[in-house]
Amino acid sequence: MTHMLLLLPVLIPMGSAVSALLCWERPTMQRWINVVGSTMLLATGLTLLGRVSRGGIIAVQVGSWPAPFGITFVADLLSAIMVTITGIVGLAVAIYSLGSVDAPRESFGYHPLFQVLLMGVCGSFLTGDVFNLYVWFEVMLIASFVLIALGGTHRQLEGAIKYVTLNLFSSAIFLAAVGILYGIAGTLNMADLSVRLRAGATSGLVTTLAIMFTIAFGIKAGVFPLFFWLPASYHTPPAPVSAVFAGLLTKVGVYALIRFLTLLFAQDPGYTHTILLVVAGFTMVTGVLGAVAQSQLRRLLSFHIVSQIGYMVMGLALFTPLALAGSVFYLVHHIIVKTNLFLISGIIHRLRGTEQLEHLGGFYRTHPFLSLLFLIPAFSLAGIPPLSGFWAKLALVQAGLNIGQYLIVAVALVVSLLTLFSMTKIWAEAFWKAPLGDASVMGAPSAVQWSYLMGPVVGLALLTLIIGFATEPFFVLASQAAEQLLNPTDYIRAVLGTTGGAM
Amino acid sequence: MDIVLAMIVGVLYAAGIYMMLRRSIVKLILGLAFLGHASNLLIFTVARLVRGKPPLIDLGERALTGIYADPLPQALILTAIVIGFGVQAFAVVLIKRVYQVVATDDMDRIKTTDR
Repeated sequence: MTHMLLLLPVLIPMGSAVSALLCWERPTMQRWINVVGSTMLLATGLTLLGRVSRGGIIAVQVGSWPAPFGITFVADLLSAIMVTITGIVGLAVAIYSLGSVDAPRESFGYHPLFQVLLMGVCGSFLTGDVFNLYVWFEVMLIASFVLIALGGTHRQLEGAIKYVTLNLFSSAIFLAAVGILYGIAGTLNMADLSVRLRAGATSGLVTTLAIMFTIAFGIKAGVFPLFFWLPASYHTPPAPVSAVFAGLLTKVGVYALIRFLTLLFAQDPGYTHTILLVVAGFTMVTGVLGAVAQSQLRRLLSFHIVSQIGYMVMGLALFTPLALAGSVFYLVHHIIVKTNLFLISGIIHRLRGTEQLEHLGGFYRTHPFLSLLFLIPAFSLAGIPPLSGFWAKLALVQAGLNIGQYLIVAVALVVSLLTLFSMTKIWAEAFWKAPLGDASVMGAPSAVQWSYLMGPVVGLALLTLIIGFATEPFFVLASQAAEQLLNPTDYIRAVLGTTGGAM
Repeated sequence: MDIVLAMIVGVLYAAGIYMMLRRSIVKLILGLAFLGHASNLLIFTVARLVRGKPPLIDLGERALTGIYADPLPQALILTAIVIGFGVQAFAVVLIKRVYQVVATDDMDRIKTTDR
């Protein structure tokens, strides 16, 4: 049973994608396959999370080849949390897609591609093998390449070429690092690598490798100075696609960074994690400054992703239990909030046909409920108490103060203020100021379409409120995940201790 | 042999990055292909070259002994080549579409989404 539970997060999206492909001529079927598949993924994620939080880390050897030789799937708390959140985002965006993806995109396989993307993301979270991680990254990338270009508009293709180039470049670095890692350690199983790298003396080559992996994942995560592709491409595809990209894809890079720099490369934190701390500070500052300068809604939000990635990296760089717990909590909070903001920007685009802030206005008068829904994730992102972002930032700031890193704490607080400033800019321009010209050029969406668009937004906003008002259980979970990350013995025992594979 | 391969890997990386920095999107794709080849050759070289010693267990033995050619890196490279082939095929189609829609092959003119 454990066996299946670990593989289901990959098998369900795969099955959904194949079924959707078989219904190529029937878009209605494909839509519902997409929704049902995502719901099942969420249910599996929750079951897995419950199982892991009660019974500890579980591992499965695929094909029953014993650990260092076969491919291992491992779920510790971080993985289980990430799979669950993938299910949440998948379900929200799948429902949103019902009301927003146009017929041509559907007929060229939007729904199966979406499921392949989820499969790649879940595979990346669950695998316990470095080369297998590369393969899952590629699965995720190829689906995202097609999704970003699907539709073939001028802007999308321009965005796609930057996205594809930088991601392929990062894959090449990743692959080279995998090769060298195998050359010095003779294994690619993460648990086995952890044992061997800890046993061996810290050499320059290991630190070099740590930096190579950091660069490869840093490009995918969008950290300073490697983020330029992100705000150039994330705002080009339709809203549901950019919402899932904004919510999930960069966070896969952050997940990989956390996994590698806690499990494999924790030998020389004085060097690697200091670099990360500097990078985190610059990421926060450049991201938010970019956001303040923008006047296009989704481009502004894209720069915010960069800035927020800085906070997650900051937690990893501080490298204390509280800081890592803050990072994990931040990941969860950020994925929900950011997906929601992109979905809302899609609704704004649907209603007014533009995302240029200067052409928007008057939403508070015409759509007060939507305005309220925007305020929840926007304030949460800026870190206004008692919303989820406040607790995430509080944990990081406290962790920074505890070990005397006052500079990064100051940066984090100032960046928070600037985030709030740029959110008030959106509020003032899009919601508060008087509408310019004819506000209803696009025609109102039908009631059914409107409920498909609003349903996920309301759901994610509620989730933000729940995490904000009932923080305790979520934060306890994040702290346990951080404990597991900092003490990899359980992880290693779960992978290498079991013999014969299937339990 | 190692030194020759190491030099080839280095030249491929240098050529790949140089091509990527050119403005033509065709050279961009060629550059990416070179980077992929360089990484594959790097894995092959780093995993130590052993000639004429296939990883076969001799009669009467229970496990491999002595020095033998490690088959795992070659399996990795095979996987990476297949993935690289698929991705590059996609990239070639993408630049064709970009050329048709944007009507330029100059990277400097493909920057309206940056503003």
